Amino acid sequence: MNRRDSLKALGLGTISATMLLEACKPNNKKLAEDTNDKPETEDASRQPGEIERDKKLKAEKFFNEHEMATITVLADIIIPKDTRSGSASDAKVPEFIEFIVKDKTHNQVPMRGGLRWLDLQCLSRYGKTFVDITEAQQLEMVKEIAYPKKAKPEMRQGVSFFNRMRDLTATGFFTSKMGIEDLGYVGNTPNKWEGVPADVLKQYGMEGV
Amino acid sequence: MSDIQIKKSSTTYDAVIVGSGAGGGMAGYVLANAGLKVLMLEAGPFFDPAKSSSQLKWPYESARRGASTNTRNFGDFDGAFGGWDLEGEPYTTKDKTEFYWFRSRMLGGRTNHWGRISLRMGPDDFRGHHIDGLTDDWPITYDEVKPFYDKVDRMIGVYGTVENLPNEPDGIFLPPPKPRLNELFIKKGAEKAGVKVIAGRGSVLTEALPGNKDRGACFYCGQCNRSCKIYGDFSASSCLVIPALKTGNLKLITNAMVREVLTDHNGLATGVSYINKDDMQEYQVNAGIVILGASAGESARLLLNSKSANHPGGLANSSGVVGKYLHDSTGSSAGGWLPQLMDRKRYNEDGTGSIHIYAPWLKDNRKLDFPRGYHIEFGGGLGMPEYGFGFGIQDMNGAVPGRDGKPREAGGFGASLKDDYRRFYGTGFGMAGRGMAIARADNYCEIDPEVVDKFGIPVLRFHYKWNNDEIKQAKHMQETFQSVMHEMGAVYGPMQGPETNYGLEAPGRIIHEVGTVRMGDDPKTSALNKWCQAHDCKNLFVVDAAPFVQQGDKNATWTILALSMRTAEYILDQRKKLNV
Repeated sequence: MNRRDSLKALGLGTISATMLLEACKPNNKKLAEDTNDKPETEDASRQPGEIERDKKLKAEKFFNEHEMATITVLADIIIPKDTRSGSASDAKVPEFIEFIVKDKTHNQVPMRGGLRWLDLQCLSRYGKTFVDITEAQQLEMVKEIAYPKKAKPEMRQGVSFFNRMRDLTATGFFTSKMGIEDLGYVGNTPNKWEGVPADVLKQYGMEGV
Repeated sequence: MSDIQIKKSSTTYDAVIVGSGAGGGMAGYVLANAGLKVLMLEAGPFFDPAKSSSQLKWPYESARRGASTNTRNFGDFDGAFGGWDLEGEPYTTKDKTEFYWFRSRMLGGRTNHWGRISLRMGPDDFRGHHIDGLTDDWPITYDEVKPFYDKVDRMIGVYGTVENLPNEPDGIFLPPPKPRLNELFIKKGAEKAGVKVIAGRGSVLTEALPGNKDRGACFYCGQCNRSCKIYGDFSASSCLVIPALKTGNLKLITNAMVREVLTDHNGLATGVSYINKDDMQEYQVNAGIVILGASAGESARLLLNSKSANHPGGLANSSGVVGKYLHDSTGSSAGGWLPQLMDRKRYNEDGTGSIHIYAPWLKDNRKLDFPRGYHIEFGGGLGMPEYGFGFGIQDMNGAVPGRDGKPREAGGFGASLKDDYRRFYGTGFGMAGRGMAIARADNYCEIDPEVVDKFGIPVLRFHYKWNNDEIKQAKHMQETFQSVMHEMGAVYGPMQGPETNYGLEAPGRIIHEVGTVRMGDDPKTSALNKWCQAHDCKNLFVVDAAPFVQQGDKNATWTILALSMRTAEYILDQRKKLNV
């Protein structure tokens, strides 16, 4: 099988590798909106039952509107928009979190309970739930639970919740099209691996290793 | 009237092969190419990587971003149709021992998703009794298997480097992929720690395979575990069964779960019975030779379930050894990250989906407190972010100063946290020991007297315990990992201690289970002769990892392929001589 045949076998037709490389660059793609929910029917890589299970999970609703609103605010506090890329909600992280807690059910109680814990903290401090307090208050609250080593002992449950929320937000963001582009991952495309580039070898003094 | 019938075929095949993985696939390939009329039965569906691989999918094409599920134990894109638990196909354990049994139900079996790490067993691995008396010798030597390893290398392709090491035989190698940046740090650190690191050995075509027009050369996506659309790596589906089908001599029936091996009044095998999962009907097929390549567990189960007047303890089991001497590789692992690599330059570092470097076992066990060795598989680089990316950043980002050089508080949120993920990307690495576990008669599988699967087939019950030999080996692995990571200048956690048996994985977790239908010269202590032919039933052969007397620290697949080819050639020879 020569290279052209190989590309054909990959379903890439006769396009050149350079075009392919271009096409695979995330910034050439459309908005993040269309990234997450590709139809999985007719996919020969799936086992019977897998497609149905995913469909069923997607049709179910776990978080209520208030919980989703809270998740969205928290996710954007964790991963805000900056000069390089958009925010967690721009990359549809809240939707990912909704799916993953249905898929990995061990997250359900800690997430639901953690959100409620947060609201109760805010109610007793500010008289309102997390989404309804001011941005400054939200940040003040988050600071109490975002730093595991210096958090007060009575904040430990909040720290555990925030660690989970941070993990899910980061994973959701950096596995989205937008996040992968931000990160600068340039693989997942046909190429020829010829070792670490010379300038990088030199940078780390690894030429002779 | 019952709607269940047993449908008997009037055709008699030259051979029927149960299973389509490395062992069954190779036997089918050799026999069909030699002109025999062969029937192959596979318990799962047809699978062609060219059509059914998830290769080159992006994480966001999975709603769970590539995370694992109960039906995809190694992630949403992994190539295995199967896993540790199959719906309706249980197995049990005995005396509160542990064993985990991974089964892939699909054409090509577990070779669709395996790590492609392709190591030959060495001369010492075949003669364990001579080394320390702890295990039995194989009835064959490395020199007898070498020509078949050579043929497998040429036919299927394996990369590596010629090293002339004592018990790590070289093969006929394609060029290996160069190490990734993290792997250069590993190599340098390991060598300082006294651990020799060499190029990996993997069945991936880093160059076109001479004389083969059906397989493409690797294009370095690093996704061998998804199976390869251009057949750039070895799967039994793409490299053996699908080519064998093209001879016209191999008939394949998929979704055929074999129930038992049928025998006649002379005790010879006449064929097998199976349930067709598509129509749920029972079938019997006839063949002059029965070849089992169903996996070490399933082949033992089939034999033990094939009882008859001539074979009251199960077929090929007058010795009582079938099911015994079950052994998986040992495994223990560690990982960390390299602060030196923060903010590293980006480039495509996917490489191959097999190992780029590894450390063979070169130490002298006479100077250590445990028998037999292990090799270490290493990895790390700018891999594709998938589910799990960024987890636990609070355990990393307080360990190093921020961009401004000032100390950072662990955890956090916002712009500086977002930047941390970028800074830490590509700094991680991992290492995993894979060692020789001792084959013992009291580690075994047997038929559970009370439990059947959804097809009514009695299931396996496992009894498996590690002992101090394996635990001390795992301890040595952990100590070695610590010194390698120290020499690398890495950040890493404390070593795993006695509370986890030094990170020793539960039996079965490494998916190298072998030894359940072992070969030997003495019919009283072995089920098969040195050609993998049953002592008790001369037209019955086993070609998976069940015949292994004692596995080396080397992954089993390359030896399965070599032995299956050897057995298939023996069958051709014996047919010529009219012996089978």
